[in-house]
Amino acid sequence: MESKPNALRILDIVTAVLIVAATAVVFFYAPMEAIMGNVQRVFYFHVANAWVGMLGFTAAGVMGILYLRTGNPKWDVIEVAAVEISLVFFFTAIVTGSIWARPIWNTWWTWDPRLTTAAILELVYAAYLMLRSGIDSPERRARFGAVYVILGFLSVPLTFLTIRLLRTIHPVVVGSGAADAQGGFSMSPKMLQTFLFSLLAFSVFFVDVLWHRVRLGQLEQKVEQLRLKLAR
Amino acid sequence: MSDLPASQGASPAEPLAHPGLLRTTLAILWKDLSAELRSRELLSAMLVFALLVILIFNFALDLKPSIRKEVTAGVLWATFAFAGTLGLNRSMASEKDRGCLDGLLLAPVDRSAIYFGKALGNLAFMFVIEAIVLPVYSVLYNLNLFNAGLVGIIILGSVGYVAVGTLLAAMSVQTRTRDMLLPILLFPLVIPVLISAVKASAAFLDGLPWGDIAPWFNMLLVYDVIFVAIAFMVFDYVVEE
Repeated sequence: MESKPNALRILDIVTAVLIVAATAVVFFYAPMEAIMGNVQRVFYFHVANAWVGMLGFTAAGVMGILYLRTGNPKWDVIEVAAVEISLVFFFTAIVTGSIWARPIWNTWWTWDPRLTTAAILELVYAAYLMLRSGIDSPERRARFGAVYVILGFLSVPLTFLTIRLLRTIHPVVVGSGAADAQGGFSMSPKMLQTFLFSLLAFSVFFVDVLWHRVRLGQLEQKVEQLRLKLAR
Repeated sequence: MSDLPASQGASPAEPLAHPGLLRTTLAILWKDLSAELRSRELLSAMLVFALLVILIFNFALDLKPSIRKEVTAGVLWATFAFAGTLGLNRSMASEKDRGCLDGLLLAPVDRSAIYFGKALGNLAFMFVIEAIVLPVYSVLYNLNLFNAGLVGIIILGSVGYVAVGTLLAAMSVQTRTRDMLLPILLFPLVIPVLISAVKASAAFLDGLPWGDIAPWFNMLLVYDVIFVAIAFMVFDYVVEE
């Protein structure tokens, strides 16, 4: 078994430093928001988690296409790694969002387009994992996973557009938001720096975890091959 | 090969003429329809199930005349979606059970014809159920559901639902959990269809102007086009062995 590469070891340390630094920046560097107060600090990690989650789901969709085109199992390993990690990140984004929404919107949850889409997104990729766990043949598991991840990749944006036709109260801080959004604010330079820094920290965190999960996937593959060899 | 008897038709030098996509699709559709005409297993199960769902909604939502109007579209689509999974599951399971799917795959035809044939068959079953449920619902709840716009929305919505459903049913029958998995895979993906169809149906029943319906109608159209095309592209990977 090959040992952990040095680059990964260094990345682990960089990630840990960045996450601690980001936490410190969020609490001590970023100014307090005038109306919402301290609870607004959730925003920096909330958006960073959601961003990383979306990044992972997008990457998984691309990996699905690559797998179907080439049939190379390495794309499948990255695909399932990206989905698993993004599920957790996205769930964190939902939870942190709820914590913020309780004082600001006066409710933990509302059937707003973004929230509803987030919930459906989680369900799509949970279904993806259930589909995979129901298939024994590794080759077929990879093929079906790739097909489903592509379908999910196409349907989730449509879900968002559909629900957006209803109405939204979710604030859009980056770019222009809906007129009746509640809890919006504009970022001061210090807030923007904090925001960008936590985006960076979480992106690095994502790459680090993804690397670990891909290694795990490769080891799983190896174990599966060895087991087949023994059974023969 | 040259000593084949001449009575066997095409001369041996010529390769077997491949039947066109349309003809193969229709042949598979015809096979499903005639099998169903003889057994009537699927349609009767779907129909009874659909009526039961409406019955349950009647008590669950207490469908008083005052609220009937608002919830009718939702009740109808929930009924179609639940009854639909029953049909989708059964139509693929019957192929898988006795190895019929392998036979179909061995046939020297374009595999997308198998997809389109199965999808059209499922669509036909959906339409039959819908054609029975609509008048029954109208009579039971004293509402006039005979509305050209509503019928159009039901057709568009069913196409999107069946397009994704047939593909996913082909996948779920090949897993260990089989029919349990189909609704879990299917429902999160057809949310756009269900929302748009419910909204558009309700708008038609309320007699709202076209401007209010157009966005939902367009969404259904976009979904149908995208997912029929995608299913057509990836079906080969689902049945490949």
